Amino acid sequence: MATIAWKNLFHDRTRLFVTLVGIVFALVLILVQFGLFLSFLETSSNIVANSHVDLWISAPSIPHVNGGSALAEGKRYQALSVPGVERVEKYTLMFVNWKLPTGAQEAVQVVGYPVGCGLGGPWNVTQGDLNDLRGEDTVMVDELYLSKLGVKGIGSTVEITGRRARVVGLTRGIRSFTTAPYVYTSFKNSQNYARLTEDQTIFFVVRTAPGADVANVKRALIARLKDVDVYTNEEMRRKTMYYWVLGTGAGVTTLLGAILGLIVGIVVVAQTIYAATVDHIREFGTLKAMGASNWNIYQVILMQAFLSALMGYTIAIAIGAAVAHGSQSGNVPIALPPAVAVGALLLAVVMCAGASFISIRKATQIDPAMVFKG
Amino acid sequence: MIQIRNLVKQYGRGDAAVQALRGIDLDVHSGEILMLMGPSGSGKTTLLSIMGCILGATSGSVKIDGAEIMGLPESKLPGVRLRHFGFVFQGFNLFPALTARENVEVGLHLKKVRGGAARRQAESLLEQVGLGGKINSYPADLSGGQKQRVAIARALAGDPPILLADEPTAALDHQSGTNVMELLTSLAKERDRTVVIVTHDSRVLPYAGEIVHIEDGRIRAHEIEREPEEVLQ
Ligand SMILES: Nc1ncnc2c1ncn2[C@@H]1O[C@H](COP(=O)(O)OP(=O)(O)O)[C@@H](O)[C@H]1O
Ligand SMILES: [Mg+2]
Repeated sequence: MATIAWKNLFHDRTRLFVTLVGIVFALVLILVQFGLFLSFLETSSNIVANSHVDLWISAPSIPHVNGGSALAEGKRYQALSVPGVERVEKYTLMFVNWKLPTGAQEAVQVVGYPVGCGLGGPWNVTQGDLNDLRGEDTVMVDELYLSKLGVKGIGSTVEITGRRARVVGLTRGIRSFTTAPYVYTSFKNSQNYARLTEDQTIFFVVRTAPGADVANVKRALIARLKDVDVYTNEEMRRKTMYYWVLGTGAGVTTLLGAILGLIVGIVVVAQTIYAATVDHIREFGTLKAMGASNWNIYQVILMQAFLSALMGYTIAIAIGAAVAHGSQSGNVPIALPPAVAVGALLLAVVMCAGASFISIRKATQIDPAMVFKG
Repeated sequence: MIQIRNLVKQYGRGDAAVQALRGIDLDVHSGEILMLMGPSGSGKTTLLSIMGCILGATSGSVKIDGAEIMGLPESKLPGVRLRHFGFVFQGFNLFPALTARENVEVGLHLKKVRGGAARRQAESLLEQVGLGGKINSYPADLSGGQKQRVAIARALAGDPPILLADEPTAALDHQSGTNVMELLTSLAKERDRTVVIVTHDSRVLPYAGEIVHIEDGRIRAHEIEREPEEVLQ
């Protein structure tokens, strides 16, 4: 039965080609859309995930990490008096205007972090030194956004909110989910860029003492401080991720794209497998006359579906990997972790098996008496 | 071997109903070569299909080796066909994507003969039908007579006790028709197989052991012919 399955499959080259195009198209669409979704999850909250912060203290009811508002500096001392708190630092994250050397404006998000204590700083620094951010009016930007920001690299100077800014370092792969790139600077500089007064901050980022229970410290902070919210790092990451990926519809759109790919794939593959079954109906009738059971016939159809799935998958995963690789330097990266690659294989098999369903129904209705027609 | 009593087959219902068989009684004995003759539309194919458990009858009785097959559930019929019958069709019905050997192997695989054993048996069957040199040819590269000989090898695969052939020479020229008929009858004789051949080709009569004439769904005449051995000599 296996021989007849694959030999019939290769006998119809044109149909095999159409089937494979259908499977490949569907799988690539699914891989790209789902890969986008995964990278949205990552990108939307990367700044929190890589912050090494234990607890975030914010103004009440902020929607996400990029939507904080000003807090009074005085709360820092209250926070420091809570047992289990080792360090409390001021941290800015705010949308501001960046003026290109050409005079054009771009929105950026200025990140003002406590330089030198390991909380909230940039990661993957490829040029320059974090200590350079201690200097006045110094910033680091990501390589991805150099042309968008109109700078050539280290040494370029621009204006942020009317103040001079000098690029002293570059990072790699710190993407922004919004169109406004992150610009890292010291908290002190950020007060100028974000027009905060001397005694204002956007967040306090907290490091707990070694061995302290973060949940307990959080509760104690809530009890001690008035008019603030306190989040663990994971809570802040999720809140931010859900807001951007689910709340804005960006994630839903990509998931819908993936589902659409699945439907298109099933329809195309079902159609070609069905047409192949109808074309070979006399052969199936002959098999039945020869004593083949319905199960034997299903085996042929399912085997063809399975072989098509494997071939389609092989091509699709190669295209998907190339697209994912190529997208890393672009604006919208596509993630292709091994789990997704394996998942796509299972999906390909399920898709093709599902597509065989109507053909299998057709095959049960075969009238073996047709074999006597001349 | 095959015992048929009062067999009736009606296609369709009401005004559109066609009485294809109107009460057939027939015994086919073991080792016998029976020719089923009659004009087009007389019910020959219908009778052969019912005998071969491919088509259900409207009423009557069909016993294969003493076992009643009328009323057997659909799911049991493939097994009955597999154990008892080899079929040869007017249109050959070979699998075009498979070589001659693979075509024969399909019949063997269905009978659970696999791998090297299936390959050797298929090759030996093809040699017996005179196609030892064509085992790797595809049907498209074979002549009509050669295709029908592959089909005969496939029908003989697994050595079924009964061969059923529906107008096996109708699509062939005179010479290949005669060759195919000679081959079919001599192989059956060698193995002491039962054969039922539907034909309206009188050229093949010399090969028959027994001839049954059907007209309008009824048996008109039943002749016992000369012994086939005399013919073959
Ligand atoms: N599937 C069918 N549906 C309706 N009528 C049929 C069908 N098959 C055969 N018949 C009719 O039954 C009669 C006998 O047909 P058939 O057994 O094919 O005859 P033969 O093989 O002798 O030419 C014919 O009148 C034919 O038209
Ligand atoms: Mg007929």
